Order: sequence, then structure tokens, then C-alpha cells
Amino acid sequence: MNSETFIQIDHVTFGYDANRPILNDVSMQFARGKVTAILGGSGCGKTTLLRLIGGVYRPQKGRVVFDGEEVDTRNREKLYSLRRRLGMLFQFGALFTDLSVYENVAFPLREHMDLSETMIHDIVLMKLNAVGLRGAAQLRISEVSGGMARRIALARAVALDPEVIMYDEPFAGLDPISMGVTANLIRRLNDTTGATSLMVSHDVQECFAIADYTYLMAPGGRVVAHGKPEELNDSTDPEVRQFIRGEPDGPVKFHYPAAPFAEELGLPQ
Amino acid sequence: MIALVNALGQATLRAFAGLGHAAYFFLDLLRYTPASLRRFGLVVDQIYAIGYRSLTIILASGFAVGCVLALQMYYALVPFGAAESLGLVVNLSLVRELGPVVTALLFAGRAGTALTAEIGLMKAGEQLSAMELMAVDPRSRVLAPRFLAGIVSMPILAILYSAIGILGAWLIAVQLIGVDPANFWSIMQSKVDVMRDIGNGIVKSFVFGVICTGVALYQGYETQATPEGVAYATTRTVVFSSLAVLAMDFILTAMMFSTS
Repeated sequence: MNSETFIQIDHVTFGYDANRPILNDVSMQFARGKVTAILGGSGCGKTTLLRLIGGVYRPQKGRVVFDGEEVDTRNREKLYSLRRRLGMLFQFGALFTDLSVYENVAFPLREHMDLSETMIHDIVLMKLNAVGLRGAAQLRISEVSGGMARRIALARAVALDPEVIMYDEPFAGLDPISMGVTANLIRRLNDTTGATSLMVSHDVQECFAIADYTYLMAPGGRVVAHGKPEELNDSTDPEVRQFIRGEPDGPVKFHYPAAPFAEELGLPQ
Repeated sequence: MIALVNALGQATLRAFAGLGHAAYFFLDLLRYTPASLRRFGLVVDQIYAIGYRSLTIILASGFAVGCVLALQMYYALVPFGAAESLGLVVNLSLVRELGPVVTALLFAGRAGTALTAEIGLMKAGEQLSAMELMAVDPRSRVLAPRFLAGIVSMPILAILYSAIGILGAWLIAVQLIGVDPANFWSIMQSKVDVMRDIGNGIVKSFVFGVICTGVALYQGYETQATPEGVAYATTRTVVFSSLAVLAMDFILTAMMFSTS
């Protein structure tokens, strides 16, 4: 691990039950101050990987190293101090529905900082202004659209100016305008704050447009390829090409493993 | 036969593991509860949501039960010439038993299910995970204030239930049937013991508050984060809370009111 590496995934194997591994001997390195995209189809363990970094789960094998220190899920105090250095954007925002937009963004400030109400007010408005939603501060969460919710969640994720921002499917379910706005925001936030950004997604073009480095994962929780976006774009590996071009069949099969169709229909072989 | 014994053993082990898990959760909840006093605003919000918003059903039920109790007891006591004991019978029934027990059952149905559904949906919407990843413990921020609010609200609701029940009984017995009002009130004053009767009733409702709120929070926190999971958890909240309240009521009554 060199000094430029902020987070290292070191031969990690993990599964929710022992017989079905989600991640299989995965190794990755995330460079300090860069945007790294982790691409892959649904169910290949991308979100699980983010949760392992946040210490929600403990790897069955291998280790996760955060800024030179192994993530230890058993030491609650250390884990919480690590999490204070993290911001995470959840796939559907995970906004607190009983709080207003303003209170959602103020939440981490109120919980972790001893700031005056005036200071909280100013920071919240600055964060909301950065995502273009200062005018929506007093709305309830039920009154905002999916795209707006994602941007509010982003404002909340960066409220404490974290060193690492993790994005879980930031483009899923967004219209083209919201998608472009979100992609720009991620890149701009990274450049202005110098944070290390990890982005889990299956939207190839948006990720390639803003990522500095890319990992491609495949079903079974393995890393198929990694490199700069243009390197993956030019790859001749059939699995990489199938994912990037969105081909329905290839090394990754369209059909879930099953008995022959004719046999199931009772037709003569 | 071996398969049957094996299945029985597995089921027993699972049941004990479940009980152990629930006990661990409950101890955790107790550990976090004192700290929630520092977030007093959250506790007050929850007392409003859990306690104040349960008032309508509690008061309506207390009033109706008081009225019916007065009527039934009058019919039962008159043949023995004991109508003057009506106030006492109604009062003791309400403060010792019906107040705490019926309030707890109504609380489990009204506030318990709301708590379970709220926590379950927060889990399904990843709000609890988001809190965890923001280095905020949901047990301290979400569960403990609700738990404290539940155990504060329940005795108050039970007292109000009994009070409105006695008023209902007074309305029927004194205003409608014509029982002597002096008799109705004075026998309560002379025979109802503040500590033994009212105090024990409040202790009961406090215990029921712990049970109902604890069960509701546990079911919500441990629910499968799916619509079916939340529906199943809310049902279990009512069933488990009600059974636990009825069982605990028997134990507490035996302990509190034994004559020996």
C-alpha cells in the first residue's frame, strides 16, 4: 500500500451466509483525492463492499485498511471515529422522513458538533446551495422528487466535510438532467474538497465521464478488470466488453442456471 | 423418530437463541435509556406521539368500561342489598386491574403497532443504516427516547383511564340510577388504599409500559426490511405484548394482593 492509497481492500472474502460468498478474494486500492468507480451488475457485491469499508460487516477473510489502519468492527469507539470521516450517499437517499430538508442536512452537525444555531443555519444553507436546493430547505421529505432527494442526501453526506465520500448507485432511477447534475456535483465536490470518492454504479457512461479510476466486478464477487476509464473502454476482454456495451449474452449469461426448457415443459428430448 | 427429536431440539435451540437475543436487546435498551434524558426534546416529541395521541382511544374506552361496570355491578349487588358498595367495587376493579391491563392492551394496539411500523419502515428505507454510517447509534437516537416515552406515558394513561372510568360509573350510578352520591364517594375514600391499590396499579402499568414499548421496539428493529416483514412484525407486537401483559398481570396480582 503506497502513501497515495487511502483505502485498501486486501483479499477480502465475505458472504451473508457461509455457503454463498458475495465477495470472493477481492483486492482494490482507492487513491487519495481521486474519484474511483466500482462498476458491475446487480448482485455482484458492490454495495456490500461499501458497507465493509464503513465497518457495517466484518470480512470473513482478508482486511479493509482505512488510512493505514485496519477497520475493526469490534472496537465501537474507533469504528465511530472512522465513520465520522466518512460520508455516504445511499441509493435512495435514506433521508429521515420525519425531518424537513433543512433538519436532514443539519442532522450530522447537531449530532457531532457543538455549534451555535446561527452557525448550523449558515452551514446547512451553504451545503444546500452547493446542490442547488437552498430554496427547498423548509420542504418536507415527502414533498421532494427522487432527484432532489438524492441531492439533499448528498448535501447531508458532505455536511461534515468528510475525507471519504461513498456513493451507492448515485445515478439509479434518475432522469437524464438529474443524472448529469448529479455527475457534475460528484466531480465538482471531489475537486473542491479534495475528498476521496468511491462510486458504486452500473451506469457505465456517467461513471467513465467523471471517474479517475475504475474497477469492474462480476457475479460471484470477483474483480474482472481495473484501470483508467479509457483503458477499460479499449479492453478486449469479453467480460469487460459485454458489460460496457450492455450485451445481453456473453460470458455473463442472461438465463439463471436452470434445467433444459424442453425438459421442464415435458417435451420429448 | 430421530428426525422428530432433531427437529424438536432445533426448535428449542432457536427459541432460546431468540429469547437470548431479545434479552440482550432489552439490556442494551436499558443501558441507552438514561442518556436519552440528555435529548429531552426527542422524549417530549415521543410522549406527544405515543401518549397524547393515544388519549382518545384510552379515554373513550375508560369511560365506556366505567359506565358498563357500574351498570353490571349495580345489577349484581342490588339482590344482596350491597348497592352502597358500588363505588368501591368500580374503583378497585379499575385502579387494580382494568386500568393498567386494558390501557396496556389498547396501548399495544395503538402506539405499539405505530412504533413497530415506524422503526420497521425506517429500517426498510435504510434510515437506520444511514444513521449508523453517520456514527450515530440508532439505539441511542431512535429507540431509547421512544422507550422512555413509552414507560412514562403508560402509567399516566392508566391513571386517566381509571379516572374517566370512575367518572363514567358516577354518571350511571349516581345521575342515572340514583345511588346516593355521598355513599358512592365516601366508601372509596375510606376503603381504597393509596399505596396498596392505586400505587400497585401504577407499578403494574409501569411494568406493562416496559413490556409493550420494549416488544414494539424489538419487533421494529429486528423486522425483515420488506412490506411483509413489517406487517408480520406489527402483528407480533400486538400478540406478544398482549400475552406478556396478561401473564405478567397474573404474576403481579399474585405478588401484590396476596393476603398472607
